[in-house]
Amino acid sequence: MTVTTEIRSSRSALTRNKLPNWAPWAVAAGALVVSAAVLSLAGFNVWGWAVLAAVLFVAANWAVSFAVEGARKATDRFATSLMFGAFIVAMVPLVSVIWTVLTNGIAGFSLDFLTSDMQGVRGRVDNATAAGESPLMGGIAHALTGTFLITLWASIISIPIGLLTAIYLVEYGQGGRLARAITFFVDVMTGIPSIVAGLFAAGLFALIAGPGFKAGIVGAVALSVLMIPVVVRSSEEMLKIVPNELREASYALGVRKWRTIVKVVIPTAISGIASGVTIAIARVIGETAPLIVTAGFVTRMNTNVFSDWMASLPAFIYYQILNPTSPTNPEPSTLRAWAAALVLIILVMLLNLGARLIARIFAPKIGR
Amino acid sequence: MSSNALTDSGSAGRAGDKIFSTAAMVAGSLILFVLFCVAVFLVKESIPALTADPADLKGGVSFFAHIGALIVGTLIAAAIALLLATPVAVGVALFISHYAPRRLAQGLGYIVDLLAAIPSVIYGAWGVTVLAPALVPPYVWLAENAGWIPLFTGPASATGKTMLTAGVVLAVMIMPIVTSLSREIFLQTPKLHEEAALALGATRWEMVRVAVLPFARPGIVSAVMLGLGRALGETMAIALVLSSGPMIASLIQSGNQTIAAEIALAFPESSGVQTNALFAAGLVLFVITLAVNMVARWIVARHKEFSGAN
Amino acid sequence: MSKRIDVADLNVYYGNFLAVEDVNINIDAKTVTAFIGPSGCGKSTFLRTLNRMHEVIPGARVEGKVMLDGDNLYGSGVDPVTVRSQIGMVFQRPNPFPTMSIRDNVLAGIKLNNKRISKSDADGIVESSLQGANLWNEVKDRLDKPGSGLSGGQQQRLCIARTIAVKPEVILMDEPCSALDPISTLAIEDLINELKNDYTVVIVTHNMQQAARVSDKTAFFNIAGTGKPGKLIEYAETATIFSNPSVKATEDYVSGRFG
Repeated sequence: MTVTTEIRSSRSALTRNKLPNWAPWAVAAGALVVSAAVLSLAGFNVWGWAVLAAVLFVAANWAVSFAVEGARKATDRFATSLMFGAFIVAMVPLVSVIWTVLTNGIAGFSLDFLTSDMQGVRGRVDNATAAGESPLMGGIAHALTGTFLITLWASIISIPIGLLTAIYLVEYGQGGRLARAITFFVDVMTGIPSIVAGLFAAGLFALIAGPGFKAGIVGAVALSVLMIPVVVRSSEEMLKIVPNELREASYALGVRKWRTIVKVVIPTAISGIASGVTIAIARVIGETAPLIVTAGFVTRMNTNVFSDWMASLPAFIYYQILNPTSPTNPEPSTLRAWAAALVLIILVMLLNLGARLIARIFAPKIGR
Repeated sequence: MSSNALTDSGSAGRAGDKIFSTAAMVAGSLILFVLFCVAVFLVKESIPALTADPADLKGGVSFFAHIGALIVGTLIAAAIALLLATPVAVGVALFISHYAPRRLAQGLGYIVDLLAAIPSVIYGAWGVTVLAPALVPPYVWLAENAGWIPLFTGPASATGKTMLTAGVVLAVMIMPIVTSLSREIFLQTPKLHEEAALALGATRWEMVRVAVLPFARPGIVSAVMLGLGRALGETMAIALVLSSGPMIASLIQSGNQTIAAEIALAFPESSGVQTNALFAAGLVLFVITLAVNMVARWIVARHKEFSGAN
Repeated sequence: MSKRIDVADLNVYYGNFLAVEDVNINIDAKTVTAFIGPSGCGKSTFLRTLNRMHEVIPGARVEGKVMLDGDNLYGSGVDPVTVRSQIGMVFQRPNPFPTMSIRDNVLAGIKLNNKRISKSDADGIVESSLQGANLWNEVKDRLDKPGSGLSGGQQQRLCIARTIAVKPEVILMDEPCSALDPISTLAIEDLINELKNDYTVVIVTHNMQQAARVSDKTAFFNIAGTGKPGKLIEYAETATIFSNPSVKATEDYVSGRFG
């Protein structure tokens, strides 16, 4: 067999009417140059340049493609440009958020910041800091403790209730009326705004302990209202994917249902459940609104969740920005807020990473 | 027949079953009870506010006038957020699922998931310290050149702490959430449908349009609705970013307020019937978010059978 | 060990749907009985009623009597858990517990019920059960490895070892070889032949050669059509069923004319 067709890399029948790969880059360069030229007449600024160049690029790219490749290809290129555009537009603010937290947070961060509270840090102290006469004072030890305790109590309340509810739905409810009602209202609960959960807890404890009662436990109850549906949802999913064959195998050995659930079903699903619970904790640990109406805010350490107001990390950030310690020199407060935000973001990220690791490492091998 | 050898089982084991199943049922019922309490509670605490003398309430207007303005503010903020976030979020989700290189896509998906987990107070802090000042020049420009549109009536706020800024912050906040949910839906598109489209000579965009989007439509709607629910209930971003005031049409002046932010700002210092008014506001917010969730569910249920998702 | 089973006038329902109608059968101790019949004829459903496993499916219920050496499984006050600890079951697909080692899988019936036993007793049970399932030589060096690491045939024998570890009177097998390759199937069939020295074995199978190879008696189930209940058509010595059945339908089925 002899090869008679010469391979024509540049102009084969299949590449006819197709723009070369460098075409979009050329168009982009052109767009940048033209928009720079236009703006230099009206007064140059970077953002205007970027926006104008982007618009020019999308239009020109479409036009060139339409002329050479036809309408369908042009539409395809236009859509692709829009997707990339959406991605870039989305990244600008998100990168800005991360960048702001990182740069400002690291500037305000120190070991003292983690170990001291805000007692004795008053406007005068901050004024001295702002004037460069002393280092940044104060820290988040009290807020970290509060966040830890409130989240711990929220977990103590939510995890048993959430897990047992999921067990009821998967193992006992069997699509009955109560199970369907619970599923429906768990859905409703997922949509409760966090501030409303806070109001509920505040009102509930006002009824029990008298008006104006604020303490860590009230915040924990508010967070539980937000956390329970997440725990129920994820645990339910995880219990559902445990193969029925394992339950039957256990029953056939003469094992009771509750022992089957505790010793076979839950261990099989535990990695998924643990990862779901971790995600739920990560979600409530940054909740601010329910805490400022339930736990109050203080500048000193309080380790008792059942009495007195309690600080928390998100509330710390909020109040440092809203009501700076020194109204005339808010910079030290802002710096503290960013450092606290950095700590909070790191906590949330660690929890999320932890959840993924748990799911990956402890997943049982249901191999076939 | 009474001497059945199979009946002499340990009664202790049976009790264990009974206790465990009862515990599970009680836990489930407790959720219903709590939710019932939330509803009863909010209603009970709200009632005094409805009949209260306007003089006792904040601003000296009747509760309904007060809450009306707050509802409008809440809806405006959420609408801005949704208008800005939805197209971008869907675009980014499509970009990650169908346009970005495979290796990049996985990392991006992961980053978006992490961004969705950032607490809202941080977005609020960013909004007030970075975004608001940065938006002042565009606002001034808008007031000068588009001031004849009521939405952009000047004079523009000198701090940038306006409704539009708050809406943008909300958009930035809900965008990762909507992206993350939409991306999951896009990835579930049956490969067979996509390949069928490509095999017919469709371009990538045509494949997305005929195979991916129809399949994902109910999923996108529910993702957007979830984002809307978040935006409506969001407290901290608004409380920090918006310099609140009476109801006003212009989005680039300070003014307006949302329900959630009003509760967060006023609750710590409120007392008496003013507290009741805040509970009533909370109830209204609860009802609005509930309605949004129901509508989302209804849309998803209605479209499920036509989506080919089976 | 090993008891006989006598079934009298048994009907099985799913909700209002009659799935299996009017079964009467007497299964002798220390025999292997095979249930054969086309798909959907109710043989697996009926097998499950012999240790009340059908109760796991919502809405399933029975009428009639199942006697284990004269004790009615469905008598008032009988705990299904007790029934199942005396009548074990092996399933279609091997299902070792994925979170447990091979050793723990064998001991599952004891450990899950929180019975305390000494380590030497436990070792004895593990060895004798795995010996009894012809698996000991293959796994004795890796008892602490997860059971899911074994091959399909080994997993199925592990499940049999797990079943005999609780010392049942009867072992029910629901198509135990349908997910296995021919060599593993042979190993299970050899094992069934040995098991009948100690246990009453009832096996559901789709494979008529298998029924002919392993069973002493064979019961043929059939169904008149979709929506109709399954029925026991003929029950006799295996040799009789395969060479000289008394019912036309049985002959058609075993000679491969339908089904």
